[in-house]
Amino acid sequence: MEWNFKNGIPIYTQIIDEMTMRIASGTYGPGEKLPSVRDLAMDAGVNPNTMQRALAELERRELVFSERTSGRFVTRNEDVLKGLHEELAKRYFREFADKLRKIGMSYAEIAGSVEKWIKEMR
Amino acid sequence: MARIEINHLTKNFGGLTALDEVDLSLEKGQIVGLLGPNGSGKTTLIKILNGLLTPTSGSAEINGMKPGVGTKKIVAYLPDRNALPDYMTSDQLIGLYKDFFEDFDSDKAGAMIDDLGIDRKQTLKKMSKGTKEKLQLCLVMARTAEVYLLDEPIGGVDPATRDYILRTIISNYNEDAVVVISTHLISDIESVLDDVVFIKNGRVVLHDKADHIREEKGESVDQLFREVFKC
Repeated sequence: MEWNFKNGIPIYTQIIDEMTMRIASGTYGPGEKLPSVRDLAMDAGVNPNTMQRALAELERRELVFSERTSGRFVTRNEDVLKGLHEELAKRYFREFADKLRKIGMSYAEIAGSVEKWIKEMR
Repeated sequence: MARIEINHLTKNFGGLTALDEVDLSLEKGQIVGLLGPNGSGKTTLIKILNGLLTPTSGSAEINGMKPGVGTKKIVAYLPDRNALPDYMTSDQLIGLYKDFFEDFDSDKAGAMIDDLGIDRKQTLKKMSKGTKEKLQLCLVMARTAEVYLLDEPIGGVDPATRDYILRTIISNYNEDAVVVISTHLISDIESVLDDVVFIKNGRVVLHDKADHIREEKGESVDQLFREVFKC
């Protein structure tokens, strides 16, 4: 899978975002073992220390957990995964709403149009 | 103790000051970018660390040792130009490196040379400039050294090879080694770096974590470089 890094944002933050997305979208399913730090670092073309730091942060957020000898795994905790989905959905919605606000739509107009647009997309 | 410790290092070539009171301390477990424009002193610094030049004043030490026989055992050096005899083939060079360096892994070198599609029976003389550079890098990276000093490892090679080289550096990474990469092709390597050292007119003007720069300045190391070294 492709990794794309943007300028001006720490690589570490961008790795966290990408890994979070992969967990939320089921690329790495609940309970699944993650590739090793080195393999992930090679795949992303980043420093292994940076990858390690990002994974440690995901662990702190309880999205992944370590087993002493066998590696890192995606959480099986459904509440955590549900929370993650909601958090991501809100973030995407905020980005979308911000853009529409910029072109002059009010929240009421956005809310009124969303259903119509979804129908048109189908 | 830092793996590389440089104190008040100055190097003059006649009236020209190539390095001016450089202080630098590099820990193990890091990939460090030594970044600066042409003529800023990168190669001079690396040559001093390899014992190819001697300081005018000040000191440079690796594991507490002055550059010399002792440090050559633990330092893998990629020079900025071809330093290999051109009548030899890759296979012969693998033998040469094996004789010279205890920490050289012939199988690893062979595998890398094959990965890059280099004909092992071809003499250096018949290789293109880029192929020679690739071969030289394979030989250097096949050592299990404590210090890697890579002077412009990606300058002359195509983007696909560049990716391969960077992946090689990442996969070779170990906690006990420090890897110093000198280059001005920053955007290609900045995601691989822990530490960034900017060198300008023989002086170290910045030494920071790459991600710290991105976080604090809101710009990439490459963008910052363009600002600091604006012509």
